[in-house]
Order: sequence, then C-alpha cells, then structure tokens
Amino acid sequence: MNFNVDESGFYGEFGGAFIPEMMYPNIKELREQYLKILADKSFQDELRLLLKDYAGRPTPLYRSARLSGLYNTNIFLKREDLAHTGAHKINNTIGQILIAQRLGKTRIIAETGAGQHGVATATVCALKGLKCVVYMGKLDVERQQPNVLRMKMLGAEVVPVYSGNMTLKDATNEAIRDWINNPVDTHYIIGSVVGPHPYPDMVTRLQAVISEEMKWQLKEHTGKEEPDYIIACVGGGSNAAGSFYHYLDKPKVKLIAVEASGKGVDSGESAATMVLGRPGVLHGSRTMLMQDEDGQVIEPYSISAGLDYPGIGPMHSFLFKTGRVIFDHATDDEALKAAFQLTRTDGIIPALESAHALALLNKIKFKPDDVVVVNLSGRGDKDLATYMKYLDSFI
Amino acid sequence: MNRINKLFENKKQEILSVYFTAGYPGVNDTREIIKQLAESGADLVEIGIPFSDPMADGPVIQKSNDKALKNGMSLRLLFEQLKDIRAEVNIPLVMMGYINPVMQYGIGRFSEKCHETGIDGIILPDLPFDVYMQEYKQVFDRFNLHNIFLISPQTSERRIKMIDEASNGFVYMVSSSSTTGIRGSISKEQEDYFVRLRDMGLKNPKLIGFGISNHKTYAHACKYAQGVIIGSAFIKALDGEGSLKEKITRFVKAIRG
Ligand SMILES: Cc1ncc(COP(=O)(O)O)c(C=O)c1O
Repeated sequence: MNFNVDESGFYGEFGGAFIPEMMYPNIKELREQYLKILADKSFQDELRLLLKDYAGRPTPLYRSARLSGLYNTNIFLKREDLAHTGAHKINNTIGQILIAQRLGKTRIIAETGAGQHGVATATVCALKGLKCVVYMGKLDVERQQPNVLRMKMLGAEVVPVYSGNMTLKDATNEAIRDWINNPVDTHYIIGSVVGPHPYPDMVTRLQAVISEEMKWQLKEHTGKEEPDYIIACVGGGSNAAGSFYHYLDKPKVKLIAVEASGKGVDSGESAATMVLGRPGVLHGSRTMLMQDEDGQVIEPYSISAGLDYPGIGPMHSFLFKTGRVIFDHATDDEALKAAFQLTRTDGIIPALESAHALALLNKIKFKPDDVVVVNLSGRGDKDLATYMKYLDSFI
Repeated sequence: MNRINKLFENKKQEILSVYFTAGYPGVNDTREIIKQLAESGADLVEIGIPFSDPMADGPVIQKSNDKALKNGMSLRLLFEQLKDIRAEVNIPLVMMGYINPVMQYGIGRFSEKCHETGIDGIILPDLPFDVYMQEYKQVFDRFNLHNIFLISPQTSERRIKMIDEASNGFVYMVSSSSTTGIRGSISKEQEDYFVRLRDMGLKNPKLIGFGISNHKTYAHACKYAQGVIIGSAFIKALDGEGSLKEKITRFVKAIRG
C-alpha cells in the first residue's frame, strides 16, 4: 500500500490545500520548490551538519532496564527529549528555516501550543538572524510560561491569541491570518504535519530522521532493524509521523498512535480526534476533525497543550482509515501517572505529551521477546508547574 | 437568467454589494437586514454563513461569527429564515462562508436548498479551484448557482485568466493582501493593481472588496471596477444606535454619498 501524498496533495480522501486565494501564491511556491530543495545537495549537507552538530543528533535509543523488567519485555526510548531545545520539533524547524532562506524569506511566523515548536522556531531564527513572530493561545501562554520566557530570551515576539478557546487551534488561525497579511517576505513554519499541502508531507519528511536513526540503532541493539511496536503520541502528528515513516511499508511493525482523551472520551473534555471526529476541513486540509453536526469545530481539551488540537494531520487520517496505524488514547490521569513513573524508574522527566505515549505501556500485553520503542518526543521541564500540582496524588 | 447576470447587464457602475453575518447582531435579524438593504438601495447582498474558524477574516467579522454561533445560527436555521424571501426581495443574493459547514450540510442538499430559496451565487474562499472543478461545478451549474472566485494582488496573470474563464457572475477582487477589515484609504500600490486588472479586460465584471469602508474608498474603488463589496464597516454600523432600518438606511446613504 502506498502511504505517500499524491500529486494533488491528497492521501486518499484526506489532505489537499483548502486555502483562500490570498495564500495561494505562497503555497504554490512551496509546493513547486520543496521537493527540489529537499533533494538539493547543498541543502542536505547543511541540514545534516546542523542536525548533528547543532541539534545533537542522532538522539540516543535507550533501553530502559527497569521499564523492561516492569512490563516483562524490551522497552526502548527514542530520546527526542535530548535534542536541542528539548523536543523533536527542532528537526522540522531546522529544515524549514533552510527552506525559507532558499525561498528568500526574511520574516518567520509560527503557531505554538506547548511552546516547544515556538521555542524551536525562535531558536533557528536566532541562529539565522531572521525576524520571528510566534502566535500562542492566551491559555497556553499561562500554562507554558517557561517556554514563553525562552522565546523572549531568543528574541522572538510572542503574540498571545484571545480568540476561541485561546489554545493551539486559535494560534494557528492567527498565524494563517498573519501570512495572508504578509504574503511576500514571510514564511510560515507550521509545527506539525497539518495545514495545506505540501506542509504535511514536508514536515513528515523532515521528521523522518527519527525512524531513519531508529533503524540502525535497533540493529545495533537487537540485531534487527524492525521492532514489534512503535508507540508515539499525536497532537497534529509530527513526532508520530517521523517515528513511523520508515516502517510504514513494514506491516509486521505495529504502529500505535496515542491521542489525548483528556478527562475521558465521553466526558466532553477530550482531544481524541479519531474517536470523536469525522472528516472535515480545518487549517487548509481535509482530515478527521472534532466538529458538531453543523460543521463548527469543537474546542478540544487536554492537560497537555501540545495535544490540545481538534484535528490531526491528513496522513494520519489515511493511516487510520486504512488500518495501518492503530489509534488509541490516554487520559490526563493516565499520562500523569506514566510521567511520574518514568521519572522514578529512569530519572527522566518526560513532556506531558510524550507521557501519553508512555501510558500505553499499561494497556498492551507484550511478549517477553517483543521489542517496543516509545518515542519520547520531549522533556518535561516546561510542564513542571503542572506536575507539581499532582505530585502528592501520583507518587 | 440568473439575477447576478441581470444586475450587471442593467447596471454598469457603482454597484454596492453588502456582506453581513447571518445571526448577527440578533439571531432573527437575517430577513430584516436583507429587506432593509434592498430597500436602501444596495444592489446585492452577501449572506455570511458563520464559522468557528474564519481564517481569512479580521477582528470585526471574527467577532460577528462568534456571536452568531453563540446566538444559535446554523445553515439549517438560515434556510428556514430565508424561506419565501423571494416574495419580498428581488436583488441578487449570494451565500458566503467557509467550506466546512457547507460540506457537512452536504453539497447536493445545500445547492438544492439555495436554488429553492432563490440564492444566485456562492462564495467559498477556501474551496480550491481544482476541487471546485471536479466536485462542485456540476452541482452548482445544475442549480443555476454562480460560484464567485477571489483574486488578490498576488494572483498571477495566468491564474486570473483561468479564474475569469471559469467564472460566471462577477470576479471578487480582494483589494489588498489582507484579511477582511477596515482600512483608511486606498494606496498607490492598490491603485496600480486596480489599473492592471482594469486593463486586462476580463470577460466578467469585477467587484472590489476588503478594506472598503466609507464613501471615499467606495468612490475611489468604483473608478476601477463595476462596484464594491463592504463587510466589516457594515457590521460595525449594525452595532450603532437605532433600529435596523435606521442604521441600514443611514449606512447605505453615507456610502453612496
Ligand atoms: C514534546 C511534544 N511532543 C508532542 C507534541 C505534539 O505534536 P506532534 O503530534 O506534532 O508531534 C508536542 C507539541 O507541542 C510536543 O511539544
């Protein structure tokens, strides 16, 4: 089965570029250029060098002896939390800033939820000396303060967004509006595999470095490139797309994506798009979407700002529909529990987002010789204020 | 003949098209707003279908969308409100909104309802050209609905020609690279773009929209196109003092000058 995007930007019925005419020239330019730029040797050389010397790749693949003992199997953590700025998001922003430079853009905009993508964008803008504006929902500004301060330190302008639920969806709307108003000098670095074509494919390709590394790292550890399971959390789906990419055509590898079900899928406070959504159009692509019967987008909820999104990347909708990827979910409490567990078994404080992937370890019955990779998409420093609130309940 | 074509056949200049968001300020104001606009001398009315995430809109229309949804507006309710509107209003009526509510309503059912109601055209800014050609054109044509396309200052000449070719009714010329909203005056750069478009000699008439807000910008834009579209400024005017009739009469008068 082919899981790649087709010529018109679709994955089956999902994807496309549902954008107003004002955005068309920029999207067209990107669509016509991105594959050429990605394939260009000077681009690849610069990207590889930055990923290695600047971002600290390859990130380790670490076998957790204690988790493996606890679940009586073999559990590996892909340590994206050790990449520069503390999450996988930097893989995408390094790639896109190099693309933006090649398109002659001098001003960068981004949306951010947890602030990790905002920080990763502000970081590469500082590195390249480009102006940076980051849109962030007012609620997220409050719950992810450390990242707001990091962005400011890095010289980015952080614009709080007051519309809607004041979270990631609304920040994305505002970034799109900025781009409509600044069509010439600006590149929009989208932080996940969402948005109009070619963003989902472009960001997937830039994040695919995660599974590219996993292949040889697993071979070193286990003698085989292929694990039995790969588990990743999904907000928009970029760390999942990156960690699944090189295994999509290996049907024996079970790919598991974990959405945030907040206070429970039936609680009315959830972000489990695959359970609660149906096909619709948001932010330029046709994808699974949480919406009411009139097609109005439903405000999602998750304790984790990075998973608090009513849609999902169109490739994931296709992977869901075809059954190639299994979509599961974890609640706030399950994620918190998994986060505290990892800090005490391994001395690693995971991001709340990544904790949703870890929570799945409790839901699957593994065999002793299974090889399980959990993509630890980011570190939890930014979530300390939230964690502290729950310290007494979970330890 | 479609009322839009008839309008442009009979009137060659100073066409005033007004956009409002259905459900704003009050959920039941829809009919009265349309009637008063027609009586005050607006030539065309764009009925906005509210959406939770209006990505091409500035603050004023965003706010009217939010409020309209809070008031309980939906496509279903809108069609109920517009039932038999043709007994009272003769000017062309166009529905404008984002694609998702229309898609969820069902494109076939939507088109049929529009036809039944006496709607003449549709503006869906986030419906891509190729998807329109493949999935929508046939249905719209069957129900005599004109799809109105947008062009912006960044739209290439080749694409403008393609859009003109596929259009029927009029072409919606976005006045500057921007979201909707009120701007002070028309710049030299915008003027150059208006002239460029005028000189291209499109087969369709053009209406200039986005940023037209008062008599001055109206008169200025009318020099380069068959007329204008006003949205945000009208919605702001609805917030003012007085009855809908008074506010709307005053507004149209002030624009016409
Ligand atoms: C650490 C971490 N993991 C995961 C996500 C979710 O994004 P995605 O689904 O694109 O990987 C975020 C988003 O902010 C994040 O910061």
